[in-house]
Amino acid sequence: MSLIHEIDYGTPASTSEKLVTLTIDGREITVPEGTSIMRAAMEAGVEVPKLCASDMMEAFGSCRLCLVEIEGRAGMPASCTTPVAPGISVSTQTQRLKDVRRGVMELYISDHPLDCLTCAANGDCELQDMAGAVGLRDVRYGYDGANHVAARNNGDININWAPKDESNPYFTFDPAKCIVCSRCVRACEEVQGTFALTISGRGFDSRVSAGMSEDFVSSECVSCGACVQACPTATLTEKSVIEIGQPEHSVVTTCAYCGVGCSFKAEMRGEELVRMVPWKDGQANRGHSCVKGRFAYGYSTHRDRILNPMIREKITDPWREVTWEEAFAHVASEFRRIQYQYGRDSVGGITSSRCTNEETYLVQKLVRAGFGNNNVDTCARVCHSPTGYGLNQTFGTSAGTQNFDSVEHTDVAVIIGANPTDGHPVFASRLKKRLRQGAKLIVIDPRRIDLVRSAHVEAAYHLPIKPGTNVAILMAMAHVIVTEGLANEAFIRERCDWSEFEDWAAFVSEPYHSPEATEAYTGVPAELVRGAARLYATGGNGAIYYGLGVTEHSQGSTTVMAIANLAMATGNIGRPGVGVNPLRGQNNVQGSCDMGSFPHELPGYRHISDDATRETFEKLWGVTLNNEPGLRIPNMLDAAVDGTFKGLYIQGEDILQSDPDTKHVAAGLGAMECVVVQDLFLNETANYAHVFLPGSTFLEKDGTFTNAERRINRVRRVMRPKNGYADWEVTQELAQAMGLDWNYSHPSEIMDEIAATTPTFALVSYDYLDEMGSVQWPCNEKAPLGSPIMHVDGFVRGKGKFIRTEYVATDERTGPRFPLLLTTGRILSHYNVGAQTRRTENVVWHPEDRLEIHPHDAEQRGIRDGDWVKLASRSGDTTLRALITDRVAPGVVYTTFHHPTTQANVITTDFSDWATNCPEYKVTAVQVSPSNGPSDWQRDYHEQARQSRRIAGKLEAAE
Amino acid sequence: MSAENTNAKLIYMANQIATFFQSQPANEAAQGVATHINKYWEPRMRRKLFEHIDRGGEGLNPLVLEAASKIRRPEAA
Repeated sequence: MSLIHEIDYGTPASTSEKLVTLTIDGREITVPEGTSIMRAAMEAGVEVPKLCASDMMEAFGSCRLCLVEIEGRAGMPASCTTPVAPGISVSTQTQRLKDVRRGVMELYISDHPLDCLTCAANGDCELQDMAGAVGLRDVRYGYDGANHVAARNNGDININWAPKDESNPYFTFDPAKCIVCSRCVRACEEVQGTFALTISGRGFDSRVSAGMSEDFVSSECVSCGACVQACPTATLTEKSVIEIGQPEHSVVTTCAYCGVGCSFKAEMRGEELVRMVPWKDGQANRGHSCVKGRFAYGYSTHRDRILNPMIREKITDPWREVTWEEAFAHVASEFRRIQYQYGRDSVGGITSSRCTNEETYLVQKLVRAGFGNNNVDTCARVCHSPTGYGLNQTFGTSAGTQNFDSVEHTDVAVIIGANPTDGHPVFASRLKKRLRQGAKLIVIDPRRIDLVRSAHVEAAYHLPIKPGTNVAILMAMAHVIVTEGLANEAFIRERCDWSEFEDWAAFVSEPYHSPEATEAYTGVPAELVRGAARLYATGGNGAIYYGLGVTEHSQGSTTVMAIANLAMATGNIGRPGVGVNPLRGQNNVQGSCDMGSFPHELPGYRHISDDATRETFEKLWGVTLNNEPGLRIPNMLDAAVDGTFKGLYIQGEDILQSDPDTKHVAAGLGAMECVVVQDLFLNETANYAHVFLPGSTFLEKDGTFTNAERRINRVRRVMRPKNGYADWEVTQELAQAMGLDWNYSHPSEIMDEIAATTPTFALVSYDYLDEMGSVQWPCNEKAPLGSPIMHVDGFVRGKGKFIRTEYVATDERTGPRFPLLLTTGRILSHYNVGAQTRRTENVVWHPEDRLEIHPHDAEQRGIRDGDWVKLASRSGDTTLRALITDRVAPGVVYTTFHHPTTQANVITTDFSDWATNCPEYKVTAVQVSPSNGPSDWQRDYHEQARQSRRIAGKLEAAE
Repeated sequence: MSAENTNAKLIYMANQIATFFQSQPANEAAQGVATHINKYWEPRMRRKLFEHIDRGGEGLNPLVLEAASKIRRPEAA
């Protein structure tokens, strides 16, 4: 094992198809037109000295170190800014170049400290490397003159010196070491797109400044770390590197946060993680990351982690630590007892969208083969299950149609019910890059998300709909497209069922679907809707990206179908730059769905009633499978309340915090006789558990995650599981305790079984993934390299199906008692229920959930910014602090759900999507009023949580 | 929440499904409801639905009643 060193070519690759041949130091090389001489040289194996260049950003030409000479041309051009030309002959090393470079380097070093031995960048400093490369042996200028290096000059205060900025919890900024190469500033602009950094002053006074000379944490900086990665010196350095030292080996793995699925190098020293560095060959992230993936891994070693299995008879008892053997035997005997007493269907399992494909596969296998029923579901139930249903109905397969690279070809992006800069930050950066190149943006969202207007990005249209009217607004857009003759008839005739289209076109043309007619309840002016529809239909490649603001509604599935209809009607399917793209919430929510986590289908989205599919698994597993669909999570809870469901094995999901109508979830869990929770921490659901099985982190196991673009990425173990077992081993031991003959010795064997049984995974194996880096399913004989884009020559189901999507108002309505609509979302620095990110320094940015409320609504209620308010709905009430902002429209309030003390889901109702039971998180009628502090419920809950977290013989946990 | 409430919820869910299929072409609507329930409802949910229908089906959307003959009736518990 060694450290993976990625080649930096100095400037980005050219996409030109025209080739140019030139000579560099006597070597002939052919490269695409537009390539820089610096890059061509690197490809020819000649490394030209450089400081300000990096292939993550455009050439800048400021360091004057990369000069070259070109035969027949005067002067010494910078190789980074000079493109190749046919037949030129370039010299990278001549006496003149050597002298100039050494002179430049001497000037750099004359204003840079010489504390190399104790510097954090020692061993990873490009400045030091370049001093070596140009043969710098002497600095003639001394350090007595004006400089940025010393706090004091000859006893006087040095006004050019600035102290270290240590405000960011993850990295430091030491201006004394800065060489003003502008790489950090350009990374912030070009890679991240936040524009938080700038160079203030000019000439010798130039310095890097966060915001308006603020410290980093107070500025607009989103702490993505692109600047730290770009910095060639120790000016911007990870605090972990300062503390630990340089890493000695690295392993490529996949982030365990959101559905973008970024590839990282986990840089290690022994079993200690020194830092995470995004991998340039990662095809989802292309070398970029966000604050969570790069920095927020501290939870993996947090003291709250539970490392020993625990049991208790009643949920009011304190926990008792036991051996693994005892725990497995206990669960096996309890589940067998329950099944004997209440019937085979009285138990079930929940797979985790945070665990690997292999682990998810094993949990559903345990339920189907071991429990003998199909009562298995996954957290996708509460997020993207409508995507599965809707896209399967219309296109024939339940997955996004594009890869993330596709956005580079998009002309019009439509964002519906998603907030990518917070929820999917790395994708947002790639989208913003395309928008800066001139692509247009349409945002459909009740709230003015950052993308509507931020640095160098402005949406052409923002349709601020009233929560719950997604279908109405999409129907209005369809109405405009059809009645104004903007539909792509050629595409529809070729790819879709024409008579179904005609039926749909007649339906959407009805006057009651027009923007003018729907304005009354969507709240969006008709002209805006017409403009947006025309732009999407006629603006070139149109791509729709959507999130949970689409799915988490009573009409979630209908909305997904309405989106698919729009894409088909405009011919925006089947090529780069277009498509229907669900932005998946969790790292492996795509994978958990693919792996047969839903109660009605086996791996590969094949219905449980299909005899041939069942037979494949029956033969392999040696069991007879039940051909009836099992219970979904909300159905399990209902059945528990009814007394027919008694035992649940939950791997890596916190349903008490993440599922709607907390009191109902608590009632369901409370009615069960054996709840088994497998997790890193004593999560909220564990308050109702009888058995706790400690989980392992993504750093501690091998496996695969499948991201939102269907990309199967390897997860690689970099340290031993602190709890002793990877999660797949826990499930296997549990299965063995229940009498199943499972003998997997490595997750690769589980993937082999998946590939053998699931046609869309036929060619997937760990060896193949190692060879390819990653592949996007379907990956089989027909598509051996995987499928970056789907439905290229026709829809998976044959002809694309247009389906009528009638708008039906949700039954969750405002009235005199609950006059406001609450919608929910997430924030950049936290992830889902926050169990991981709350246990990192990310709390610096978001220590609590706040309620966003419009100034008008706040004033009416006498609420000031920062006041404690009571938020009440038909389901319950809670308290939190108000944040007054006009991001939300009058009549709409908004909050995040990252903190268990707030428990926004006490408020949400049990209304759900008609097709999938995906809960309606995004619309709840509420009232807001001033409050003095926590509600009774919050106090009771806190006390109950405290009681239920007691471990016999141990001091109470902090939280 | 009581068992009665879970019964009410089931009726609500069935009606939600019917509401969607009501807007579909008339000749596909009842089959659509039945297929959906057959594909996604666990037997004890279907059993509860039939118990309710057998009691007269109060509160159910007529389309659910029309679809009933096409819904697979699970064996009695």
